[in-house]
Amino acid sequence: MLSKLVCKRVLNHGLRLTTRAASASTQQVVVNRKPEVKYQKLFINNEFVDSLSGASFDVINPATGGVIAQVADGSEKDVDRAVKAAKNAFRLGSEWRRMDPADRGALLYKLADLIERDRAYIAALETYNNGKPFKDSYNIDIPHCIAVLRYYAGWPDKINGKVLPVGGDFFSYTRREPVGVVGQIIPWNFPMILLCWKIGPSVVTGCTTVVKLDEHTPLTGLYTAKLIQEAGFPPGVINILAGDGPNCGGSIVKHPDVQKIAFTGSTHVGKIIGAEAAKLVKRTTLELGGKSPNIVFADCDLDNAVEMSHFALFFNQGQCCCGQCCCAGSRTFVEEKIYDEFVQRSIERTKRRKIGDPYDESTEQGPQISQEQMDKILDLIDSGKKSGAKLVAGGRREGDKGFFVQPTLFADVKDDHQIAREEIFGPVMQILKFKSIDEVIERANDTEYGLAASIFTKDLDKAIVVSNGIRAGSVWVNTYDNFDPAAPFGGFKQSGLGREKSEFSLDSYTETKCVTIKISERNS
Amino acid sequence: MSSTDSKAPNVEIKYTQIFINNEWHKATNGKTFAVINPSTGEEICQVEEGTRVDVDKAVAAARKAFDIDSPWRKFEPVVRGNLMRKFASFLRRDVDYLSRLETLNNGKSVEDSKGDIFLLPIVWTIIIDAGWVDKMVGETIPGAHDQLIYTLHEPIGVCGQIIPWNYPILMMAWKLGPALACGNVIILKPAEQTPLTALYCASLFKEAGFPLGVLNIIPGDGPECGNAIAVHEDIDKIAFTGSVEVGKKIQEAATKSNLKRVSLELGGKSPLIICEDADLDYAVRVAHQAIFSNAAQKCTAGSRTFVHSKIYDKFVARSVELAKNRVVGDPFDASTEQGPQINASQFEKILNYIESGKSDGAKLECGGERVGNKGYFIKPAVFSNVKDDMKIAREEIFGPVMSVLKFDSYEEVIKRANNTSFGLAASVITKDLTRGLTFAQQLQAGSVWVNDYDAVCNQAPFGGFKQSGHGRELGRYGLEGYYEVKTVVVKLI
Repeated sequence: MLSKLVCKRVLNHGLRLTTRAASASTQQVVVNRKPEVKYQKLFINNEFVDSLSGASFDVINPATGGVIAQVADGSEKDVDRAVKAAKNAFRLGSEWRRMDPADRGALLYKLADLIERDRAYIAALETYNNGKPFKDSYNIDIPHCIAVLRYYAGWPDKINGKVLPVGGDFFSYTRREPVGVVGQIIPWNFPMILLCWKIGPSVVTGCTTVVKLDEHTPLTGLYTAKLIQEAGFPPGVINILAGDGPNCGGSIVKHPDVQKIAFTGSTHVGKIIGAEAAKLVKRTTLELGGKSPNIVFADCDLDNAVEMSHFALFFNQGQCCCGQCCCAGSRTFVEEKIYDEFVQRSIERTKRRKIGDPYDESTEQGPQISQEQMDKILDLIDSGKKSGAKLVAGGRREGDKGFFVQPTLFADVKDDHQIAREEIFGPVMQILKFKSIDEVIERANDTEYGLAASIFTKDLDKAIVVSNGIRAGSVWVNTYDNFDPAAPFGGFKQSGLGREKSEFSLDSYTETKCVTIKISERNS
Repeated sequence: MSSTDSKAPNVEIKYTQIFINNEWHKATNGKTFAVINPSTGEEICQVEEGTRVDVDKAVAAARKAFDIDSPWRKFEPVVRGNLMRKFASFLRRDVDYLSRLETLNNGKSVEDSKGDIFLLPIVWTIIIDAGWVDKMVGETIPGAHDQLIYTLHEPIGVCGQIIPWNYPILMMAWKLGPALACGNVIILKPAEQTPLTALYCASLFKEAGFPLGVLNIIPGDGPECGNAIAVHEDIDKIAFTGSVEVGKKIQEAATKSNLKRVSLELGGKSPLIICEDADLDYAVRVAHQAIFSNAAQKCTAGSRTFVHSKIYDKFVARSVELAKNRVVGDPFDASTEQGPQINASQFEKILNYIESGKSDGAKLECGGERVGNKGYFIKPAVFSNVKDDMKIAREEIFGPVMSVLKFDSYEEVIKRANNTSFGLAASVITKDLTRGLTFAQQLQAGSVWVNDYDAVCNQAPFGGFKQSGHGRELGRYGLEGYYEVKTVVVKLI
């Protein structure tokens, strides 16, 4: 009953990623298992164009391993074309630069409405290309996109500067101006969501952008390009390319006319991008990997803790800066007193996790994104087995078609095991034991990452002390993966630079200009 | 000059009752009052007359809607925002009907009520406030190491809102926007002269899907109905736009009863200063609109036009010409620029001021007489040779009377401009950067416009210095009057 109510709220308001939402029924929606791929070209200046080289690349359905589309392969010359379009749209006196701020917001509201109109199709296409269960695309990803765009749509007319209390006969104020042409490189794990997290602040602040979709998952981004055109954005304001990292992405990073780079992806690539961008002093924000600690105290609500910890890791096939997800709760520290019980319940839950056809109503876990990722995950599982950690569920590939990996659970993991230190980005959960608060805070912080963390406890004091102590950009207490658009998200340490969503995301898309005018006499 | 015979299209009046809990009610005491068409002086319809008992009913409904367990309190902020945007979309949908109804009841020319000029900004006020719901933040504040300190911005509660007749829909939007964005519930009393568009908008509010009791509208007069709101022990805040005289009464009543929070937006006697380096034609046009638009029924009316002696005579001559050519007549006629004044009492008052101007020794250059013999139309009047101590230069007329005063020095004119108990708006027309910015700083007014007039925009705060009121409306500043700040300190033990 409670889960139905929560589902309804998520469906209506699409704000939070919660495990309960994933169980919402999609039976009333006609599920399109083979959505038509309509847009496969690069989107530059509001037009769909072939790559200048004529090249294209294959797009794979990770549930089958089969090719589902050929998409234009953008490279250096296409980037140049797109940047020219973005630069032209940004010139002084252009339609975009002269547009009333509230009208920029109106365009985002319109785009959100169009995505809402086409929700079922886009969700089906996202599943087709990414492999995430359709009920997640439909109930979580797309509603969240809509909510984020509507959140951002309210900002343009609210970006105020300040009048400053300076001395002397001066009138001094700040303007928050758009930083200019931005380059935005997004990954494959949440294609639609990350596209919206990126174009939102760019449009709000009046920048123009060149977005590079990940080469694994370009299809929904290119469909969204069509909606961007339909919504009425002026040409060149949002350009969307598909292509690889080194050539296409690299060209964006190196391009002298791109003022700012926003990248979401691995820490390894993030460092390369950051270093390259530094050569031209480009403003850079990075949202990178994580090895997020999930700390479960003995005084928690155990049912909630087990379920949320499971979700924290396994959501999105583990491909979440959390799971297949950058913020995956991939080190679950459990207090000694409840350790055995927690492990037992987690084993049951993990074994119950339904893996299979992402269009199946009952599926909780789809395939990993690619052969390469799957191999990497299986290697790390091997290292876990060899290290002495106890494999208590899963541990192998599932089936022989597509890139499915069994939900895998290791208990008795030690801090120095590879599976406890390296980001796996797959459905592999690690449980470690701890005794005291100080100890667990120190161990939780013993990582070069710092993206997220969670704490399960009923004790108010513990919640505050531990959240104060953990070096992570998002700390969740008695919940996980809460991604309200009004809340900032980003990493400490090598998990990244800068914040996304919320008013804090706007800082990196604006430049502050201070104007000082001499006047004949100033009075307070 | 267009005819004052009304070409009013048949405008159907759909709602004439009291709106409480999303339902329409008759007045408890069974009385109704007449609503007049100022273009003809004739009755449009009868509207239920709310009194103290109806206010009590509305407060009970609003209080229930504000209960901590109510749907309205439990809504996620974004849901409030979505409802507000839906309401705005209905305003936009019904723009033609609303502008005709506004013109019928208020007399503003259909040119002025027209959707793209007038109603779109109203729609945007609501949309912009709707965008604030998920962006209002409290703060965490660094305290001692064993403390978590933060602030919450909470809705105040039941807000009484009393609005005037000069911009019925606009004033309603300015009030509803921030109150709803902050999660409050509302008792709104439209002016007894112009209740019709507010009641129609209530139907749109219900259609948008707001919960019961969030908005309640009680048509009625000031002394009985408005006063009941001001003294009510269970209303948490009152916002009033209207005259200084009534504003003072309201603040007194509000304070004596239960110290309810008060915000006031009152009158003005706003100075417009035309410097010698101004582009004369531009200045004349700006000054003309500054006083005469909306039949001069504006709190911001630029009713003291200070002109530098070097350009004074030319300025007066060109202003007179413009005033003579101003088309006064049936507001439904597309060529009309100026409709009637709102009612007989205002009409009399304005004519009296014109008489006083003459008897005080100012020179009536043109206009000032009634137009036609139906409705309340007055020809725009221009007085030259006005002195600071004349009644027409000191008191708010709220009618089409331009007073042109001469000045020689800029130091002197600032002092004269500030020599008033009002402080709502001010303007300076000049090409000189330093002078413009210096005046902006030295003029004692809540809005100062350089090389423009009535430059009111939805994101920027609007309100008065001195007796023109206190508190601000619009934009982020406008929200401040609609939330209470709570400081929470959690001690770690």
